[in-house]
Amino acid sequence: MEEKAILDIRDLHVWFRVYEGVSRVLDGVSLYVRGGEHVGLVGETGCGKTVAMKTAMGILRSPPALFPQGQVLLAGRDVLKAAPIELLRMKGKTISMIFQDPLSALNPVFTVGQQIFDVIRFGHRWIRDDGALTKTKVRGIAMEALTSVQLPDPRRILSLYPLELSGGMRQRVLIAMALVNRPRFLIADEPGSALDVTIQAQILSLLKSLVKEAGIAVLLITHDLGVVRETVERVYIMYAGRVVEEGQTVEIFDDPKHPYTQGLLSSVPRLTGEALAEGIPGTLSDYTEAPSGCRFHPRCPQAMEKCAQQKPPMVKVSTKQHVACYLYHGGGG
Amino acid sequence: MSEPVLKVENLVKYFPVRSGLLHKIVAHVKAVDKVSFDVQKGEIFGLIGESGSGKSTVAKTIVQIYNPTSGMIYFKGQNLSKLTKQTIGRFRREVQMVFQDPKSSLNPRRSVMSILEDPLIIHGIGKSRVERKRIIHTLLGQVEMPSRYMYKYPSALSGGERQRIAIARALAVNPSFLVLDEPTSALDVSVQAKLINLFLRLKKELALSYLFITHNLSLVRTIAARAGVMYLGKIYELGTMEMLFSHPVHPYTKTLIAATPVVSKEEERVKPREMSKEGEIPSPVNPPSGCAFHPRCSIAESRCSQELPSPVKVGPGHLVWCHRAEELAVRAEELVVLE
Repeated sequence: MEEKAILDIRDLHVWFRVYEGVSRVLDGVSLYVRGGEHVGLVGETGCGKTVAMKTAMGILRSPPALFPQGQVLLAGRDVLKAAPIELLRMKGKTISMIFQDPLSALNPVFTVGQQIFDVIRFGHRWIRDDGALTKTKVRGIAMEALTSVQLPDPRRILSLYPLELSGGMRQRVLIAMALVNRPRFLIADEPGSALDVTIQAQILSLLKSLVKEAGIAVLLITHDLGVVRETVERVYIMYAGRVVEEGQTVEIFDDPKHPYTQGLLSSVPRLTGEALAEGIPGTLSDYTEAPSGCRFHPRCPQAMEKCAQQKPPMVKVSTKQHVACYLYHGGGG
Repeated sequence: MSEPVLKVENLVKYFPVRSGLLHKIVAHVKAVDKVSFDVQKGEIFGLIGESGSGKSTVAKTIVQIYNPTSGMIYFKGQNLSKLTKQTIGRFRREVQMVFQDPKSSLNPRRSVMSILEDPLIIHGIGKSRVERKRIIHTLLGQVEMPSRYMYKYPSALSGGERQRIAIARALAVNPSFLVLDEPTSALDVSVQAKLINLFLRLKKELALSYLFITHNLSLVRTIAARAGVMYLGKIYELGTMEMLFSHPVHPYTKTLIAATPVVSKEEERVKPREMSKEGEIPSPVNPPSGCAFHPRCSIAESRCSQELPSPVKVGPGHLVWCHRAEELAVRAEELVVLE
């Protein structure tokens, strides 16, 4: 690894026991996020992005998940082998998270203030060593956090319940909560996708400026290709539990290599109004009987014999772009 | 111009807000407030807007789920408020609706066969079960689904497949007009692309017209011929795709286009300079006075908060409800020349 990675997932396999048998959801996912870097993880529903993220956070429920194989290094420590108390410490000081739906991520029966205070106190147990945490101090930190996300009248907002806030304001509160303990790494799972475009644009630009200012690394998980392109520097494309392509955002969007990435991009309606492509033929197959070889081969317009037999390894197609596809083996790029 | 299939004139729909012990009406949500537009035969007309803009209420009022508070809706020249018990059946066969979430619009306890048979029975199409089965077979073919799906239940289908069943159900009574309320927004893009192409094929094969409601600007740009941009119950700009996206005039339209995340450099070039970043959508119970967009508008003047803007024609078939429409229209032209 070139620089020190804050999150380093190596060859992660996660299986689930289901009625039909064993569902091999993650099949050798490797990805990393360097300190301060903003990375996107893109894929459609059911591709395993959330499972990957939950495993990284150590919040994957097991059962139904069978014991995950591989390594998930968070700031150098293996999340999969860490004791629960150690995981808790990591969550307090290293990693934080923003969820998609701000209404279900906030507890409706506590005020915004009570919930932020809790987070601050929790963080204090693990990181802040600046003396006793008085009530006024907690309040001060909370007010500061709400101000930083540009919420007007933070004093009043502390006393409100989540239901009294609009969707955009709730998302701002969540961002404030996620950043209040100054994490080094933030996982944002579809932030703003429950919001209208104009509000989403506000939230994303706010988030961008805050993490940039504080030098926080971000893993943005989303299905929205446009959001990824406008938010992150590097991107991973996932399909059926595997990373199929990785590279600089600009390169991937201008010159996608993997047939899946190409199909996905051509399915996005354009503001310029070109006719829409036919989409990707077929549907995502069931994980209990995942296709052999490349998992995309039954839907791939350029599939070769080899594709059904062996899992294609990642190859380098340019200095910063990697793709798991036999079309680029041998040719070099 | 030929007679439009659907003509909506000054449509108003208020919902009462009740409160207190006696459920007294304390206010009205002005969900739709004097909306007018028409849809030509064979056309796809789009209604764009963010949540709370009233676009779904327009849809539901057109298909007579709601009764309009005032205003007129004409379908093929017939005034819908004059429909009688005898004629409403005929209307319901002509106009069908597809909803956003196929999971909640399909009954989970009934098979595809029984879901599709219902409209046939209600409207007396197909006299025997055998005949209805034959029709269902054809319907499934139209939405490109194998006939064996007849015996499946919605829970066994994927989101895209469920939406296909919902489309088949709408097509069962041979409609000439479909109201599509965010029919693909719950789906992944690759599935959406397939459904959109299906909609386009069906339109051609069955000579349909669509009212397409969505918050996705790129999507509307891709498939519609004309569209109206709604904000808090009113249309603020209306025109052809070319007009709306290459020469948007209303600051709200520009704000929407500028906020849309895009995936290519070409699209970035068509985005207007960002107009307004601040503010949230106000409540439709108590919308701002004058032009409802004025609190978020970066170029609002004092009259914007006082008077309702009247429509200004800035191009052929291009209407803008903005006090400053004329000067903005001129500037928009200049901008395009400069690019």
